[in-house]
Amino acid sequence: MTATTVTAPVTGSGRVPPLAGLRQTFTMAWRSLVAVKHNPLELVDYSITPIMFVFLFTYVLGGQMAGSPDAYLKYALPGIIVQNTLFMTVYTAMALNTDLTKGVFDRLRSLPIARSAPLIGRITADLAKHVWAMLLMIGLGLALGFRITGGFGGFLLGALLLVVFAAAVSWSAVLIGMLAGDAEKVQAFAFTLIFPITFTSSAFVVVDTMPGWLQAWSDVNPVTHLSDAFRGLLVGGPVAEPVLWSLVWAAGIALVFYPLAMRAYRAKV
Amino acid sequence: MTYAIEAEGLVKRFRETQALAGVDLAARKGTVLGLLGPNGAGKTTAVRIFATLLRPDGGRARVAGHDVVREAGVVRSLVGLTGQYAAVDENLTGTENLLLIGRLLGLPRREAKARAGELLERFQLTDAAGRAVKTYSGGMRRRLDLAASLVGRPSILFLDEPTTGLDPHSRGELWDLLRGLVADGATALLTTQYLNEADVLADDIVVIDKGRVIAEGTPDRLKAQVGGQVLELRPILGQDLVRAHALVAGAAGPEARIEGERVTAPVKDPELMPAVVRALDREGIAVGELALRRSSLDEVFLALTGHRAEPGEPEEDGGAAVRDEGELERAVSRS
Repeated sequence: MTATTVTAPVTGSGRVPPLAGLRQTFTMAWRSLVAVKHNPLELVDYSITPIMFVFLFTYVLGGQMAGSPDAYLKYALPGIIVQNTLFMTVYTAMALNTDLTKGVFDRLRSLPIARSAPLIGRITADLAKHVWAMLLMIGLGLALGFRITGGFGGFLLGALLLVVFAAAVSWSAVLIGMLAGDAEKVQAFAFTLIFPITFTSSAFVVVDTMPGWLQAWSDVNPVTHLSDAFRGLLVGGPVAEPVLWSLVWAAGIALVFYPLAMRAYRAKV
Repeated sequence: MTYAIEAEGLVKRFRETQALAGVDLAARKGTVLGLLGPNGAGKTTAVRIFATLLRPDGGRARVAGHDVVREAGVVRSLVGLTGQYAAVDENLTGTENLLLIGRLLGLPRREAKARAGELLERFQLTDAAGRAVKTYSGGMRRRLDLAASLVGRPSILFLDEPTTGLDPHSRGELWDLLRGLVADGATALLTTQYLNEADVLADDIVVIDKGRVIAEGTPDRLKAQVGGQVLELRPILGQDLVRAHALVAGAAGPEARIEGERVTAPVKDPELMPAVVRALDREGIAVGELALRRSSLDEVFLALTGHRAEPGEPEEDGGAAVRDEGELERAVSRS
């Protein structure tokens, strides 16, 4: 080949200037988002499933749980959104795993780009999908009779808290995505973990009717704190304590999983 | 002289497996170096070191004079990599895949688009440009993968078994594309299990087995080095085949073999040909074809490694590349 060899701005060691790295991260995020266009299944993951959850919980369980679908929706919608947020981090793990096993990361790593760009780009794009699914579920909830009585500020803070928590949990998803042999194993492992954690929390029920030993767990369960905090911010109620505990959990999860995930990523990518 | 691609005493271990045990190789600028060897010989490991995906445990590897470890960034801006599996995003279109690479390389959007269109046309993918890659055939994916490795106009290409698993037609197309790239001045390191592929494409060949170089030279020199010439005999009547074989074996020894409707034997003694002719005449066997030809690379390979090359084992398309130690060990133990 002749003429213009593209010389991306890299130094000998492969360090990429921060600004170029940021641009590459956004390019990678673009790639994750534009893929949705050609993969309707992803739309199911991020749109149909959340909608289905809202309908099922409200109309199937609502009457039994709280006397009427309306009353239950008011309690459960924040919890359903929290559960969906956790579920969606699994897709981050699966997508990273697919990139790893299909050799896409090999191609990316042979390019003169920031090593973290594929990873941070993916997480950034997936956080955007989190926001999308949350807005979808809130919108549907509003149509079905849910009311945000905590004010617009409460809603914004709640959304922010959810995104922060999702970002922290994403690091555990990165670790699983790097270590698992294939995407099916990621799915099996992650859902086996997430189901009991969400159901043993205050996401869907008031924990009073659980046996004492289970209450002891659900009282420290991060999903309980996050659900209570999100619920409190949306509909009003005590929020200081659950918000604080949610942030503590998010920080703890990030502190444990970020270094492990980065080590696994650097070993493989 | 600075070689475009150069390795000295390259060593790589994966736990118990010695993937590379001191490999030397060099490719002159504007040539194709064929890296030939059976499954697990260390070909992929060598390519991954050159493409900065693996660090060598010992020895040195240089690309256009730049060390692949100390100057990884420079090397990355010079090379294009096409791995054993089409490393393209299934959920993006052909255009989007190339746009992604172009944007990552810092091309402005308009230029990245133009470059994508140019490559898609060159690789005859224009009609499929707007379709998601998951609808592409195996040959189309490989072409797109090769196109993706060319977005940054690399002057040095690493092609790791680029045609494994392709049908003969797609393979021929890829060969033509590679010839075109080299004609334009690119240097390529091509690994392959297909001996005829190396024969057709490579200017020089390095044969490795179990992490060591066991032979090197031009295809012609390798063929001359081992076995030299082969006698080929086809009797007109199929029923004479066994008798003809016995006759050749009597003159050439037990290495005479029946292959299809022919008898072949390596020629070590210049007297063999006349001896066979006299014997044929004596026995009254009518000859349809009697020729001396140089041995094929296949036979060279057999003579060098003691086993036949087995190209019939392409790992399933879309599967994982050999990347962690466990997989590599499995790949090595397979051979």
